[in-house]
Amino acid sequence: MHQEAGEPPAGVYRRHLESGRLGFQRCAGCGAAVFYPRVVCPVCGSADLTWETSSGRGIVYATTAVYRREGDPYSVVLVDLEEGFRMMSRVESAPAEEVEIGARVTLRVDHEGDEPIPVFVLRDEER
Amino acid sequence: MSLRGKVAVVGVAESELGEVGTGFTPLDLIGQATHRALEDAGLGKSDVDGLFSASAYYHMPTLSVGEYLGIRPRYSDATSMGGSSFVSHLFHAAAAIDAGLCEVALITYGSTQLSGGGRLVTGSEADPYEAPYNPRYPVSMYALAASRHMHEYGTTREQLAEVAVAARGWAKLNPKAFMREDLTVEEVLSSRMVSSPLSVRDCCLVTDGGGAAIVTSAERARDLEVTPVYLLGAGEAHWHRNISQMPDLTVSAAAESGPRAYEMAGVGPEDVDAAMLYDAFTINTVLFLEDLGFCEKGEGGVFVSGGRISPGGELAVNTSGGGLSYNHPGMYGLLLIVEAVRQLRGECGDRQVPYANIALVHGNGGVLSSQVTAILGSESTL
Repeated sequence: MHQEAGEPPAGVYRRHLESGRLGFQRCAGCGAAVFYPRVVCPVCGSADLTWETSSGRGIVYATTAVYRREGDPYSVVLVDLEEGFRMMSRVESAPAEEVEIGARVTLRVDHEGDEPIPVFVLRDEER
Repeated sequence: MSLRGKVAVVGVAESELGEVGTGFTPLDLIGQATHRALEDAGLGKSDVDGLFSASAYYHMPTLSVGEYLGIRPRYSDATSMGGSSFVSHLFHAAAAIDAGLCEVALITYGSTQLSGGGRLVTGSEADPYEAPYNPRYPVSMYALAASRHMHEYGTTREQLAEVAVAARGWAKLNPKAFMREDLTVEEVLSSRMVSSPLSVRDCCLVTDGGGAAIVTSAERARDLEVTPVYLLGAGEAHWHRNISQMPDLTVSAAAESGPRAYEMAGVGPEDVDAAMLYDAFTINTVLFLEDLGFCEKGEGGVFVSGGRISPGGELAVNTSGGGLSYNHPGMYGLLLIVEAVRQLRGECGDRQVPYANIALVHGNGGVLSSQVTAILGSESTL
């Protein structure tokens, strides 16, 4: 492995998740919050990105309930994190059809097999 | 450099549409459509020296198409931006013809997705940051956009349903349309939910189909028997690939591609007689009417209501019946061009828009990702 290239961005991201944290990048050049992880800033083009940990607090930006032949519909949302980045996820603590845009949510890292999956719960149900 | 009036579409055709039966390949449909389009233009395959195609079936589509048809192009372009690719091909063909790199361009596409299993055939890779949540590609992405538009602007499911009902109204006038039965707003609302707020009747068809368009220089077009339809302007824009990276889910890059096309054409939305807007989902039509300047941002839901984009309404939109009711073979952009050209030639029978001289074609690709606008005009608009 090329030493100067360091750890792949996806690897750093996963390491954060495995320790229960949501990592994102901050551009030293322009200050933009960058998600998904990459090696250059898509706003200003700088390669100087540093890792930060999100508070996990966010607001639902868009929502859909995905229907299937059997079982209840499941949630797919876009969440705006308070640090200024957006990600796809799901809201776990309410029926999918009842998730509303503008709802305050907070991060929970679930596991599917060996995969750590960042999901969200409504903030008033935060434990 | 402007491409205004430099090239013309001189031949268009569909392949067999709907459900063609098992055993036919996408290349067979491309062969049907190309044969018919060349006949329409009064040209032969040996005249074609520029080849344009995109495909979810063939990794190197222009190579496969060239081999099947026996065409040896000197200019080949397989730009792949989803359903908008073919409107992009029209734009790129104009640039190549104007630069003297080819003289007669064939743009073609075919899909047998219905006969082949009835599901969208897509080469789209899953985004690793979206895949864990199993959004149903692509409907859930459009559903997210619809949810945001409803939240910000008060757009309703009834207004989205009006788009589907208007498309069906046009389809009833098109003998080639796949779905021609009556459809009401209530039926759209009560149809099976797929990814809220979009029900199955908010979603495009899954059909077989293909098409072809022949493009050549304005100079050569005038030597042909056919009535040329000129390219007046074109523009492209894309800002994202994955929905989670779309800056604002209520504003598509059509807000850039449209003005680029209008500027080249020297016309505005008020000059458009018929608009072919890529309606993969009902929210698309609403977004593109706004982003292309037919109404203000946020007013698309009101604009489409009360039959205003239905036959006899204020603006003729998707006069074939669109992807919602006429045909949607996975990627639909080429069929938008076919319908626009026929409208400007006055060949549309019961659904003909009177005195149609300027048509806007708007292609969408990916998940509201790629936006390509082209403006076509009759001889009188040059």
